[in-house]
Amino acid sequence: MPSIDVVDLSRLQFALTALYHFLFVPLTLGLSLLLAIMESVFVMTGRPVWREMVKFWGTLFGINVAMGVATGITMEFQFGTNWAYYSHYVGDIFGAPLAIEGLMAFFLEATFIGLFFFGWDRLSSLGHLIVTWLVAIGSNLSALWILIANAWMQHPVGAHFDPATMRMELSSFYKVVFNPVAQAKIVHTVSAGYVVGSMFVMSISALYLLRGRHRELAKRSLTVAASFGLASALSVVVLGDESGYMAGLNQQMKIAAIEAMWQTEKPPASFTVFGLPDAKTETTHFAIRVPWVLGLIATRSLDTPIPGIKQLVAAAEQHIKSGLVGYGDLVKLRAAHATTVPPDMRGPLGDLGYALLLKRIRPDIEHATPAQIDAAALSTVPDVPVLFWAFRVMVGFGFYFILLFAIAFYLASRRMLDQRWFLRLALWSLPLPWLAAELGWIVAEYGRQPWIIDGVLPTFLGASTEPVADLWFSLFGFVLFYSTLAVVDVYLMVKYVRLGPPPEAPGAPLRAALAADGN
Amino acid sequence: MLPIDYATLRLLWWAFLGILLIGFAVTDGFDLGAAILAPFVARNDTERRIVLNAIGPVWEGNQVWFILGGGAAFAAWPPLYAVSFSGFYLAMFLVLAALILRPVAIAFRGKLEAAGWRRAWDWAFFVSGLVPALIFGVAFGNLFLGVPFRFDDTLRVSYEGGLFGLLNPWALLCGVVSVAMLTMHGASWLALKSDDAVAQRSRSVARWAAIVLIVLFTVAGLWLAYAVPGYVIHGAVNTDAPSNPLNKTVVREAGAWLRHYGNHPWLAAVPGLTYLGAAAVAILARGKEKLAAFLASAVAVAAIVATAGISLFPFLLPSSLDPNSSLTVWDASSSQATLGIMLVATLIFLPIIIAYTGFVFRVMRGPVTGAAIEQRRHELY
Repeated sequence: MPSIDVVDLSRLQFALTALYHFLFVPLTLGLSLLLAIMESVFVMTGRPVWREMVKFWGTLFGINVAMGVATGITMEFQFGTNWAYYSHYVGDIFGAPLAIEGLMAFFLEATFIGLFFFGWDRLSSLGHLIVTWLVAIGSNLSALWILIANAWMQHPVGAHFDPATMRMELSSFYKVVFNPVAQAKIVHTVSAGYVVGSMFVMSISALYLLRGRHRELAKRSLTVAASFGLASALSVVVLGDESGYMAGLNQQMKIAAIEAMWQTEKPPASFTVFGLPDAKTETTHFAIRVPWVLGLIATRSLDTPIPGIKQLVAAAEQHIKSGLVGYGDLVKLRAAHATTVPPDMRGPLGDLGYALLLKRIRPDIEHATPAQIDAAALSTVPDVPVLFWAFRVMVGFGFYFILLFAIAFYLASRRMLDQRWFLRLALWSLPLPWLAAELGWIVAEYGRQPWIIDGVLPTFLGASTEPVADLWFSLFGFVLFYSTLAVVDVYLMVKYVRLGPPPEAPGAPLRAALAADGN
Repeated sequence: MLPIDYATLRLLWWAFLGILLIGFAVTDGFDLGAAILAPFVARNDTERRIVLNAIGPVWEGNQVWFILGGGAAFAAWPPLYAVSFSGFYLAMFLVLAALILRPVAIAFRGKLEAAGWRRAWDWAFFVSGLVPALIFGVAFGNLFLGVPFRFDDTLRVSYEGGLFGLLNPWALLCGVVSVAMLTMHGASWLALKSDDAVAQRSRSVARWAAIVLIVLFTVAGLWLAYAVPGYVIHGAVNTDAPSNPLNKTVVREAGAWLRHYGNHPWLAAVPGLTYLGAAAVAILARGKEKLAAFLASAVAVAAIVATAGISLFPFLLPSSLDPNSSLTVWDASSSQATLGIMLVATLIFLPIIIAYTGFVFRVMRGPVTGAAIEQRRHELY
């Protein structure tokens, strides 16, 4: 077993590199689609200002994509480097969507991105438009497959444990792809990316309008961002609600922790708007509750109870006891070199993951005492105060984005975009969608703890067996390296925003030069 | 379910893994080679930018072969993905750092005019080519020696030895072979995609790199035959069994890595193609057939990767610590269901990928000239 230091450092490294990667991903998702929309307008209307917009936002897109691609490489390999047992244990299922992401999506995006930047004078305007759309489609499909993989960690369907190979194996690819958690997650996450892209375009355009620069480009950009942003912000919240419903059905502990709901309430459960959850006493102080709301969100009914944390811990205890029976069965099956599991052993073997929680307490889990089983059951509760607050801040931002984009949309449609209070508000709101997106990931992944695969494999068992010194080295390396790159990236972004779009170059000499290329 | 048995699926996936590695070496290989060469064939800012823009429109797509190789290993060979990347932890960290540096160096260098800024990114670009080229070769070298890992009975892997254990003379020779190979390939690409001084220097580098490659490849072959004992599965092999690497016995035998060429002499055509390709580069590099020289270089690169894969077969990752823990084609794959589904996905998407990659290369054909760089100072890299 890896030492706890190695597990904690691996978790920290994964969290930092993933959160850092997701600073660039949502902007790529949103901006690629906004570029495709702007270029479509250019091709349909033939007005050069729209091409100028595509080129200007495209330059910022290019700076961002370089960072997104660079930090994505780490993610593709980090499961192998730091989570070797996880990779062995679930690679049969989890690897497939990752590989298909490469085949179907990332290849498309990365191949055509070169043409997006270099193909302006080698393709017809329709040809270039198709290229831009392919980049946008590629990056969005990429998100789809990654989220299918991620959803499987939250709600592992379509798989079974095979004692002969000591790992989870695929039973139904269909179930993995059409995982209900994946459906809700994809739309929620992709829409969040569109909000980030819209806010980026809106804030920078607002800056230009405040300074009275590049007005033609800025007004048009802001109008596009306002409409696209409003639709996306609505979609994030509505489908975020769908995500909540799915969590209510499939990830009950997560939703109970988000709500700091210690006890099962009489349905329909109330929603706690404010409170100070206290994990020690298992109560929430100063709680302000709105009746019915949580019950409606999480169950879509008035009479289905939502189990509270204490009830879920009691259920986990039963799973652990059943899992210990499964663990005993597994020892027998392996001694007999069995390749199939008798039907009566399948239930207990399905709870094996719960029994493995005991490995953190003692290696010979078959001798666990009732007190140790209680402790293991209690360890299934994630960090309630962090989830409670991360979720509320994220949701608060979500509603704020709807309001802000609605105002922007109204002002744009009335041609009243020069309200300075609004432009300032839009400018200063720039970092908020990133903050909301990162908090969303904290809710999703920190809320999944102590599991790396919900109910199947505890996180501490998933880590590689590395020397602690190697972990410190790589962690420091990433922090140092990524911080430097962040400084450079922000510096370049600011520099290019300040420069603004280059004065529209006269087309003729450019084309002549290219003709001389022998093209 | 596909009407294909488990053993055949495993063989097909072994071949696909090889195809992905070859795709990576043949496409992104010239990007890495161009990065290694940049300080030597490009002596002023315009020439540096010619090198960057010669790979500019395609390197990003090329790199996906590597990402996809990682993803495909995860999906089709989970123990290989788990053991190799965690076993080569620090080496992998260096490769990742280099590959993270590369996109940033390419995209950011031209964004500011300051000479210091550009010089810094030039260094970063050079390192981002040299480090992966060297480490990939060293890693392949260590596959032949075996890596010090073992599984416990829950199939958890553990290691003895770290980064410096990898840096032994044989593995370093393989590292140098890899650098020579990619330098030749990058030079052939730059000869094709640039003009004037950069092209002239690249052609002469391509020629010399090809000659060095022929010599080093021969030395490596002799070393492998006489000084690196191979691994052999002892007894009957069940090619349809569930993937559990602990159910076999493996022994070490001198000269065993070259035994396939004795048993099937026609296989010697694969290393033979390395010689043919590299010799053609050495001859064609100075002439007018620049495309033919590049294609010959691609053949040599593909043949070297294939030679390594065939020599190791059926081993994917032998263990020096506990040879029975070695990963082979027959006991380190995904389940039959996963291999089948991934086969369908690959058969659908790989031809599409090759088609549109070909399209992009065609659209961007023709050399990058100094004049075009000067004309489009703000648009190009």
